[in-house]
Amino acid sequence: MFDDFFIRALVAGIGVAFVTGPLGCFVVWRRLSYFGDTLSHSALLGVTIAYSFELNIAVSVFIISSVIALILIQLQKKTNLPGDALLGLLAHSSLAVGLVVIGFLTFIRFDIMGLLFGDILAVTIDDLVIIWIGGGLILLVLKLIWKPLFASTVNYELAEAEGLNPDRAKAIFTILMAAIIAISIKMVGLLLITGMLIIPAAMARNISDNPRKMIIFSIIGGLLSVIIGLFSSLEFNSPSGPSIITASLILFVLSLLKIKQSIHLKN
Amino acid sequence: MNLDKNILVKLKDAGFRQNGKWLVKGVSLVVEKGKIVTLIGPNGSGKSTTAKIALGIYKKIDGEVEKYTNKIGYVPQKVTIDWTLPLRVSDFMVLTENIKDDAINEALSLTGVEHLKNKNLGTLSGGEFQRVLLARAISKKPELLVLDEPVQGVDFTGEIALYELIKKISEELNCGILLISHDLHTVMSATDYVVCLNGHVCCSGSPIDVAKNKEYKVLFGEQASQTLSIYEHKHDHVHSHEGDIKKN
Repeated sequence: MFDDFFIRALVAGIGVAFVTGPLGCFVVWRRLSYFGDTLSHSALLGVTIAYSFELNIAVSVFIISSVIALILIQLQKKTNLPGDALLGLLAHSSLAVGLVVIGFLTFIRFDIMGLLFGDILAVTIDDLVIIWIGGGLILLVLKLIWKPLFASTVNYELAEAEGLNPDRAKAIFTILMAAIIAISIKMVGLLLITGMLIIPAAMARNISDNPRKMIIFSIIGGLLSVIIGLFSSLEFNSPSGPSIITASLILFVLSLLKIKQSIHLKN
Repeated sequence: MNLDKNILVKLKDAGFRQNGKWLVKGVSLVVEKGKIVTLIGPNGSGKSTTAKIALGIYKKIDGEVEKYTNKIGYVPQKVTIDWTLPLRVSDFMVLTENIKDDAINEALSLTGVEHLKNKNLGTLSGGEFQRVLLARAISKKPELLVLDEPVQGVDFTGEIALYELIKKISEELNCGILLISHDLHTVMSATDYVVCLNGHVCCSGSPIDVAKNKEYKVLFGEQASQTLSIYEHKHDHVHSHEGDIKKN
């Protein structure tokens, strides 16, 4: 059944949505959306390096994004520049370097649009294996660091004082971010990965009153976005990434109705 | 090495500097099992900083801090919960440790907020939130409690009840308490040892000793000193063996 490119894309997208759901909630809670953007911009550099040295794209993107994340943490410690300036600096410079490298790789034909916005035709069986095994590992690690990560998201000092080691959890979470970008780049494209993380989580926030519910709704929202997005991508021949993100936007708008309703009930 | 098994945390000449400015320095104190140590001092005198040094939140410190327990309950001075995170009181209670439902209910009812268990944290009033913070800290049955102005915003009768609760907990759980408070009157009646801070330790000792100290009078004024002497007076039958107590 995996012979059909569309089934492959669907299975890949579902795998990605299971991981972006919970991770996206943390991105929203910890205000990391620009951090996600920076990592995904740097992914272009990872892709070009993969082509240059004939490496696996996901592995190469994971390594480059992790390195960029580490550089960011070091810069935050050692310079007096504000966080958003450093994020912008790294995002745009790594994007620019990636594009310059592409210019040199004249011997390879690049599907830039596919890279930026995702391409369901490009999902191979190997990608499925990487998404499901990699995704499973990401969720496992997230479960292991859940307590310190969540506690320090609520209040850093409480977590630190009561012996949960939040700094280690934060460093591990950074690596998980690089990993999710690496496995979802083919599906969603590097310009829209952060949307896949944030929009279902934001939708879930509108209709949840506790963290567990928010994560479950975020996963459901991601799954629906992928399924609706991919079918419409097939139907209208639109690129897969933007179709998925548009579907998630529609779900978000629908969730706003629920907020309106509950405000109405309160009055 | 911990020779005295009752010691929970020990600060030796500890200090912390931020952006080249000392927030507090030269603090030595010991919190033992079953004892309440209170930090007093004006705003900006380094009380919260001292608590954070003891807790290990500040790591690049001067001097030494030795901690002999990991079972710690902490009530910070300021906690802001971001509205982006939907959190009920029951979720907050198990934030740093998984606690059985019975223990959660017990702690919440001890601080008088059992009815708020399923409420969203964002909807609580300042005083209610403070009670939840205290309930969370004690529900872990900690060996060391660090309470940074635990009753701020709590109504007057509640304040007295909570201080009584804190005293009771220190006896029942035999846990050590490092308390920060502005309410000299209530605090002094329940404290074993007082450290008066003003960027450094300006005096320390039993409540009576501190009340007699000249630096304390300069810092808090004659009236505060009298507040303590009222306490002293009420209880002087207990302390009379200590000898000469001068009236102010």
